[in-house]
Amino acid sequence: MKLIHAKAEKNLLVLFLAVFITVSIGGIVEVLPLFTIESTIEKVKGMRPYTPLELTGRNIYVREGCYLCHSQMIRPFRDETERYGHYSLAAESMYDRPFQWGSKRTGPDLARVGGKYSNDWHVRHLINPRAVVPESVMPGYPHLATTPLKVDDIADHLKTLKFLGDPYSDEMIASARADIADQATPDADVDGLLKRYPKAAVGDFDGHPDRLTEMDAVIAYLQVLGRMVDFTQFDPGQADR
Amino acid sequence: MTAVAQTSAARPAEPYLEDIVKKFTVASVFWALVGLFVGVYIAFQLAFPVLNLDLPWTTFGRLRPLHTSAVIFAFGGNVLIGTSFFVVQRTCRASLFGGEPLARFVFWGYQLFIVMAAIGYLTGVTQSKEYAEPEWFVDIWLTIVWVAYLAVFLGTILKREEPHIYVANWFYLAFIVTIALLHVGNNLAVPVSFFGAKSYSAYTGVQDAMTQWWYGHNAVGFFLTAGFLAIMYYFVPKRAERPVYSYRLSIVHFWALIFIYIWAGPHHLHYTALPDWAQTLGMVFSIMLWMPSWGGMINGIMTLSGAWDKLRTDPVLRFLVTAVAFYGMSTFEGPLMSIRAVNSLSHYTDWTIGHVHAGALGWVAMISFGALYHLVPVLWKRAGLYSMRLVSYHFWIATVGIVLYITAMWISGIMQGLMWRAYDEWGFLQYSFIETVEAMHPYYVVRALGGTLFLIGGFVMAYNMYRTVKGDVRVEKPFETAPQSAPAE
Repeated sequence: MKLIHAKAEKNLLVLFLAVFITVSIGGIVEVLPLFTIESTIEKVKGMRPYTPLELTGRNIYVREGCYLCHSQMIRPFRDETERYGHYSLAAESMYDRPFQWGSKRTGPDLARVGGKYSNDWHVRHLINPRAVVPESVMPGYPHLATTPLKVDDIADHLKTLKFLGDPYSDEMIASARADIADQATPDADVDGLLKRYPKAAVGDFDGHPDRLTEMDAVIAYLQVLGRMVDFTQFDPGQADR
Repeated sequence: MTAVAQTSAARPAEPYLEDIVKKFTVASVFWALVGLFVGVYIAFQLAFPVLNLDLPWTTFGRLRPLHTSAVIFAFGGNVLIGTSFFVVQRTCRASLFGGEPLARFVFWGYQLFIVMAAIGYLTGVTQSKEYAEPEWFVDIWLTIVWVAYLAVFLGTILKREEPHIYVANWFYLAFIVTIALLHVGNNLAVPVSFFGAKSYSAYTGVQDAMTQWWYGHNAVGFFLTAGFLAIMYYFVPKRAERPVYSYRLSIVHFWALIFIYIWAGPHHLHYTALPDWAQTLGMVFSIMLWMPSWGGMINGIMTLSGAWDKLRTDPVLRFLVTAVAFYGMSTFEGPLMSIRAVNSLSHYTDWTIGHVHAGALGWVAMISFGALYHLVPVLWKRAGLYSMRLVSYHFWIATVGIVLYITAMWISGIMQGLMWRAYDEWGFLQYSFIETVEAMHPYYVVRALGGTLFLIGGFVMAYNMYRTVKGDVRVEKPFETAPQSAPAE
């Protein structure tokens, strides 16, 4: 062994190449197949890309580092499915750039928080978590309620995601500015929006129908979490991996 | 291997560039204090949430990446680059390739990377991929700096006057090459606009998760392990004045370590939507990783054969060796936690946080402190440190801090994991989530106190180094240099 290794110890090119090849193998075998094996993501009904409002809300969730304390990945254990709902599927994060599965639950999992609490609860909770959950250690985000939502570049966001492969149509991109406002405006004409993005929650989110704030966007995102897949038509046997 | 002992004697024609190593040394100490301080602050935030101050830029979510990046990339990175510049020159008997200008570019370029990343976190510019938070333009800048760093390192080895490439340099090389690969692979993203900070990851969901933990676990494996093993391979033999215990072992564990580490990432994704085959591979390789890890630990600790008495008389060596012991401890704990049944309990809890800190405080920080204590008198041409007693105080303050930290996290992590899965006699979940949060409070306080002790130790070190650089020597009782064997009079 000493003789074989003597080469690498004296020749930088040999050492460099040997190191490069050695550290590449694991990734090639373990990471690359996930992009090609079709069963990696289950075939399910109901997944759609985020509405422009949900997407901006998700970007605020990403900006604030919420994932550092909240996972979005329910594991298939009895206690987790009873506490949070059906275990998470790979398909449910197929439009998540980046994924936000998280690795720590200082707070509860949010993969299926959509529909569990009212918009009003979320507003109060985000402004001051201890107003509704006295023992909470979560930071308050009062500024979300007062910061106007930045919407002028939303079409560029959708175009970027389309470029990366997400199924945003030209129609979705063209109507993105209108959709973002309509989703958070009570009594707006949302027929087109709901056709483009089925089952989107519509209406005023932040308690101030006249304003479009970051609070609107975050709550729109939270309310859709875990609600897209139709589990009445989901067959776990089909999705066995 | 006696190369270490020999090389410092014979100097090359060109003098070693040491001014640049001084810069990295000062930056290391500075960022250590910053990173540890932010860590202590966010630890107190979890115990007392009012400290989030209800301001956008002081929430836990924004400060936590500041803490992790400051300690890993700012403190750890400066230690790694600085020591690698010191070690590669001496073990190759060559001055740095590219000379002062290129080395200075690496230094200031790297500091700029840190500052850009930090400002981003505070203002909400983040990718929110753990340990890969900086946005696309910061990533591109780091890539440029990293290529320059690689060029300096490789060029210096090419210039070497020693036929052999010393073992520490293998580890530094693996660290530099692999971090480049991981950094580029994991950060592929498309910006929304060339003039905006926001980008979207090239990967989604499950593929993004696997790519991220391929990166994330090997940031541990190559940044926090291979790089610091290089430090061990130079500074432990140097300080102990003994050759490396086993040359053969260093070869075997080097190649085994860098081959196996890359596979271990999926253990961060047990029981998730990642396909089972990938999880199983990750677990199997994580368990195998125990062996090369302990190979390194044994090689480091056994280097003290015949010099064990120095542990009593040289607190700098005590730092180095205790670090290797913590390395052994946390690389046993890691494979244990990668077993799926154990992980089902430990994942998402503070046990992970405790494990990380056993490695980060016990191994990475302590071996860095040992190396820095060794470097300061050498670089500034002083006979010795201002005070060895202060080094010893630092050692004990830091060690007690670590013990408080990790035991608090073991208890809170295992307790919370058990509470989450507890059922009452009627078959209902016994605890609501918030009850488990409430139960964490005392342990979060103890953890924050442990961190505070560690931070205080850092200040003791900074003071000691400042006085050393000034040229002061403290009047104190020296540590005995030989066992007392004289009979009583």
